Amino acid sequence: MPKPKPFPHGVAIVGVGISKFGAFPEKTSRDLFVEAFKELRHSVDKGFDPADIEALYLGNYSSDLFEGQGHTAPIMADAVGLVPVPAMRLEDACASGGVALRQGAMAIASGMHDVVLVGGAERMTRLPTAQVTDTLGSAADTLYEIPAGFTFPGFYAAIATAYMHAYGMTPEQLMNVAIKNHENGALNPKAQFGVTIPDWMQGRIAAAIKKGKPAPTWRDQWDFLHDDAANPMVAWPLRLFDCSPVTDGAACVLLVAANRAREFTDDPIYIIGAGQASDAPLHDRADLTTLSAARKASQMAYEQSGVRASDIRIAEVHDCFTIAEIVACEDLGFFEPGTGYKAAEDGVTARDGARPINTSGGLKAKGHPVGASGVAQAVEIFKQMRGEAGARQVKGDIPLAVTHNVGATGSTCVVHVYERR
Amino acid sequence: MSDNTIRPFTAASFNRYLAEHKLMASRCPACDAVYLPPRAICPRCHGEALEWIELAGRGRLAAFTSVLVGPSAMITEGYDRNNPYVAGIVELDEGVKISARILGVDARRPDVAWIGTPLTVTYLDRGEGDTKSAVLAFSAD
Repeated sequence: MPKPKPFPHGVAIVGVGISKFGAFPEKTSRDLFVEAFKELRHSVDKGFDPADIEALYLGNYSSDLFEGQGHTAPIMADAVGLVPVPAMRLEDACASGGVALRQGAMAIASGMHDVVLVGGAERMTRLPTAQVTDTLGSAADTLYEIPAGFTFPGFYAAIATAYMHAYGMTPEQLMNVAIKNHENGALNPKAQFGVTIPDWMQGRIAAAIKKGKPAPTWRDQWDFLHDDAANPMVAWPLRLFDCSPVTDGAACVLLVAANRAREFTDDPIYIIGAGQASDAPLHDRADLTTLSAARKASQMAYEQSGVRASDIRIAEVHDCFTIAEIVACEDLGFFEPGTGYKAAEDGVTARDGARPINTSGGLKAKGHPVGASGVAQAVEIFKQMRGEAGARQVKGDIPLAVTHNVGATGSTCVVHVYERR
Repeated sequence: MSDNTIRPFTAASFNRYLAEHKLMASRCPACDAVYLPPRAICPRCHGEALEWIELAGRGRLAAFTSVLVGPSAMITEGYDRNNPYVAGIVELDEGVKISARILGVDARRPDVAWIGTPLTVTYLDRGEGDTKSAVLAFSAD
């Protein structure tokens, strides 16, 4: 790939908004996007006029299949009063939001626009599970991968087996990621599953007692996570709590030209690198224990911004499955190949660890409305860097941070580097 | 289509070969590289003069999963939590890899030690006559 060029014009985030994540039978993706946009309006310190927004870049995977609604971008633009500005929908599976963010950033970096709205939205819970599985499955190679019986949990399970075989990790060690992300999610009021695993267990016990059924007697959260009834296997070695949930949600960020950022806030967060790479289907890759496109995208983003992996203080990474977070941390250069699972076990990636990962709760606990996730990651980074993350705030300054967003099994990867000056 | 016509490098051709119980890849003579699934354009030299080659159908298991919650198509075939199946990635002796159903192992007792298991191609026939097709599978020896 050619060497990445620095942005010709600087890009800053000056406001963010995020809907509640969860299952909302009476909310369309449009309603969720409006909810996120209203929050964004109040987040801009010095205020702004929506009439100044010059374009909308929207990440959405499949409103067509999930909601029976195609051509979503102008509908979203209209819902928040932006027509007639250009509205574009970006679709790269679960990386749609991150790709929309990169396109929005490039629109400002090129000098064409000064104020751009980047959004992401997905409504997934309307469909029954089997249809959700099929809809997500269409992000893989439907000609050559799906006929083998692969599902998305299945693909990441296969990555997990290759990783276990190469590095000696056990399925139990994956659970550290789920435990940590639920601990973080419990402190995020927008999270779909904003509870720790022990809280979840207490809820299950209370529900059983209420129904007059025998209360489960788990010794601790590890006992719970090994219980086939409470935490059933989905695709060996991945169980239910290794998987991110099916989620409705939306998020948005307001990007402006860096030289105008102070008109909006005295504390803008700058996007200084935006890398993206593509890859072949999983079976066509030399190494099944890494996402090569994530390595290339992060290398591109680091080179563009002139930073190294060791400079990065926190990251939101694409933990669609527990194994994905471990691989992500290695692909971003935080840990050597084959050591990411030990970092999770040793608490290095915990909120009070040396390299906090997914302080929002990640896709695992916060929820994964696929087209919104890449944008929601930027929302969390903006809050953390400005010290506005409330109970889950990381201690100390955060001068540099990263988001890592993946489509399918890494056929698309997009990585952004953020700076607070 | 007669046998001496070169079939186009498409999924339809690949699937027709599967129905004939042949595992066919494409080869770029310029790069001496083999591609499975078959490609119409060589990603190394971007040459278009590819040719079909039949693979020996022997390889090893590179990665796998035992699926308990499958897609609609597998549910229709009778697979579920009580009747799981194995999907995997097979590395063939020719050096290429492909996704396939994995047979001859106990889907209820998955073990990471299966990785490296020698496998031989087999075909799961579906339909009859003009609608005859086959799903690519590999079986443990």
